[in-house]
Amino acid sequence: MSVIYILLTISVIVGVVFFFIFIAAVKSGQYDDSYTPSVRMLFEDELVKSKTEKPINTKTD
Amino acid sequence: MENKTCFHCGDNCGNHVISFQEKSFCCNGCKTVFEIFNENDLTCYYDLQNSPGAIPKEIDGKYDFLSQENIIDKLTEFRSDHVEIATLYIPHIHCSSCIWILENLHKLNPNISGSQVNFGKKTVRITYNSEETDLKSVVVLLSSIGYEPYISLDDFKSGKKHINRTLIYKLGVAGFAFGNIMFLSFPEYFEVNEYWLEQYKPLFRWLMFALSVPVVFYSAQDYFISAFKGLKAKLLNIDVPIALGVSVLFIRSTIEIMLDLGSGFFDSLAGLVFFLLVGKFFQQKTYDFLSFERDYKSYFPIAITKIERDGSENSIQVYDIEKGDRLLIRNEELIPVDGILINGKAKIDYSFVTGESQTVSKQSGDKLFAGGKQTAGVIELEALKSVEQSYLTQLWSNDVFNKNKEEGFTNITNNISKHFTIAILTIAFIATTFWLFTDASKAMSVFTAVLIIACPCAIALSAPFTFGNLLRIFGKLKFYIKNASVIEQLAQINTVIFDKTGTITSNKTSNVVYEGESLSDFENLVLKNSLRGSNHPLSRSLYNLLDEHNIITLDTFEEHIGKGIEAQHNDINLKIGSANFVGNPQNTAVLNTTVHISSNNEYKGKYTFYNSYRKGVSKLFNQLKKHFDLVILSGDNEGERENLKKLLPAKTKLIFNQKPEDKLEFIKYHQSEGAKVLMVGDGLNDAGALAQSNVGIAVSEDVNVFSPACDAILDVSKFRQLYSYIMASKSAIKIIKWSFLLSFFYNIIGLYFAVTGQLAPVIAAILMPLSSISIVVFTTICTNLLGRRLK
Repeated sequence: MSVIYILLTISVIVGVVFFFIFIAAVKSGQYDDSYTPSVRMLFEDELVKSKTEKPINTKTD
Repeated sequence: MENKTCFHCGDNCGNHVISFQEKSFCCNGCKTVFEIFNENDLTCYYDLQNSPGAIPKEIDGKYDFLSQENIIDKLTEFRSDHVEIATLYIPHIHCSSCIWILENLHKLNPNISGSQVNFGKKTVRITYNSEETDLKSVVVLLSSIGYEPYISLDDFKSGKKHINRTLIYKLGVAGFAFGNIMFLSFPEYFEVNEYWLEQYKPLFRWLMFALSVPVVFYSAQDYFISAFKGLKAKLLNIDVPIALGVSVLFIRSTIEIMLDLGSGFFDSLAGLVFFLLVGKFFQQKTYDFLSFERDYKSYFPIAITKIERDGSENSIQVYDIEKGDRLLIRNEELIPVDGILINGKAKIDYSFVTGESQTVSKQSGDKLFAGGKQTAGVIELEALKSVEQSYLTQLWSNDVFNKNKEEGFTNITNNISKHFTIAILTIAFIATTFWLFTDASKAMSVFTAVLIIACPCAIALSAPFTFGNLLRIFGKLKFYIKNASVIEQLAQINTVIFDKTGTITSNKTSNVVYEGESLSDFENLVLKNSLRGSNHPLSRSLYNLLDEHNIITLDTFEEHIGKGIEAQHNDINLKIGSANFVGNPQNTAVLNTTVHISSNNEYKGKYTFYNSYRKGVSKLFNQLKKHFDLVILSGDNEGERENLKKLLPAKTKLIFNQKPEDKLEFIKYHQSEGAKVLMVGDGLNDAGALAQSNVGIAVSEDVNVFSPACDAILDVSKFRQLYSYIMASKSAIKIIKWSFLLSFFYNIIGLYFAVTGQLAPVIAAILMPLSSISIVVFTTICTNLLGRRLK
């Protein structure tokens, strides 16, 4: 029956781990700016794209 | 002519379209930015958003001060031999293109190793190699692509702004404990009488105890501190019953599990603290891009060009200016100290200081006051005082600026808590006395049960959620409020005072009225075309206000600086300018700005400029007059008195020629007579009045840049909504009173269980969250309905 000790320990440890991850995330400033990252993640290969566009541009010029 | 918009900035290109690569630009500046992006494969900037750019400004020499060591020290957040990191505030950041281009700065300058935008705060954090490049070239690069950073004396403060995240930590701790305690109490809720659960009961209970310790001693500590402070000041604030409830909950639960009497109320305890903190968190609505604490430092430059005795130019810090220093002020620069004009033609815009809208011309030898903005060319002046002793900056030594408006203001929650606390304590004592005589063994548990169940969680949540939600609704409607207490104060206002210039009048457009002999069509044509050639601000505004005419070539055109324009076309000779210049016989002293016209030396008439009032001013005043005393407090002269009398309701008081200190004293006097004053202003000249008033609202054309210290910032487009905003605050108070009633209802149910000695932990665990959640739902629905009516 002492398996309950193991289960409790595991559940508390998991809880504490997540709690510390949360604290660490807040401390790192992750929640200070909640808007910019949502835009930033959509930028990906714009630079590549503009390079492929360039020859087309020069053609029309 | 077909009007084209600029590919870079989206402005109308007007008559001079610059074409480049089949794209049209309004000016060479915009074209240059495009060329820079084009060369560096960054044209994707224009794909993300149409015309996202800004016209780059002339910055020649403006940032020379950035090569000074001590200034770099203050502006950078990290400095080593190789690397420097600086965070710059850029007001122009407004779309995804901005983020993209600023985060690709390393393509334009390979020595920039990284740049990160914070869109909310409109800042960019740039890391660069300080051996290869420096702060000055980074700033110049930003300016050259239209993203000029705004560097003011405010940035010169030593020490970085500390972000306070304790509330989030406290909330995290309480939430973590709340969730885990709930899990651990589940078996007890259902009273499962299994053998193994009985066996592990003490373990579960001590675990709950361990989890609740940080909740009481860390998460809830603010309530204890505030209750203690309140008691010390002989005030029964809302935190007194909360602190009492929390400590009783904790002590009783601990005793219960120690003596094995029951499972305790740890779940309710953690839940209570968690909900209270959620309320606190919700009430904190901050606008990253706004500042409510600005003083003159946010407007003043950080450094200024000093002319040394040998004629060389040196940039020095504004704080280092000493009496007798010779300073160079460029066009569009702010004068940081009081001084005497030595050289150059000064045209000073004092709208910051006095609210006066027209520029003032000064001759050499005239005194110039700090806070004025030079608008025509370069001038030299000799400093008479240091920065802190100047006329404008002295206003900030007034005590008002150190006063906290929230002190001495009893908010609605604390008002009710006084009666509430007394009532609860009375009930607790009566119930205990009753049980002492009927069943003494239950007396103690009834006493604590009353204090536990009466813990005013729902009451404490009413105001934060109502105000918090209203703050957000107002924010969406472009009315940005500093904090919740401002809404409460706004609901109590009985006097509304307006500044004139820039507040009820618009800065950009003015009205013009022509008096005198009417001009012939041909004269009008010549007039329009001569104004076209002049760069004088009055000519520019008159030109924009007159009807469109064809463009003709004038035979002669001459501008007499400080007097007017003379133009000849065929047989018409027009003189436009001051009364003396055109030869106006009756030179009456007029307070308004006028432009006189004569044709072939025959006086024709004059154009008089009137302030143009914002749309809906008259309607707003008529709405307000039913409930409030109205005053116009202007720094301007009396020229507009007659106009205002026509426009505004008769009972409006009109007071002119008010200096900044006069405005402050005026409000102070009315407050001493019991008035609750709302001040609506715009410029630095209103700063004292805004600070002194009960609620100071700054009206702003561009909320990102200019607004003095205040309690709320109102976007001009919503100016006419002011009345409905005040009324909404009054309704918010009503909503709170209704939710108080609702929470009393829950308290009565809870007290029934408590007084009769039947309060089981499971009832407390249901009743407390239920009352809190229903209050949150009630206030949120009500404020949203209120918000819908506002739109």
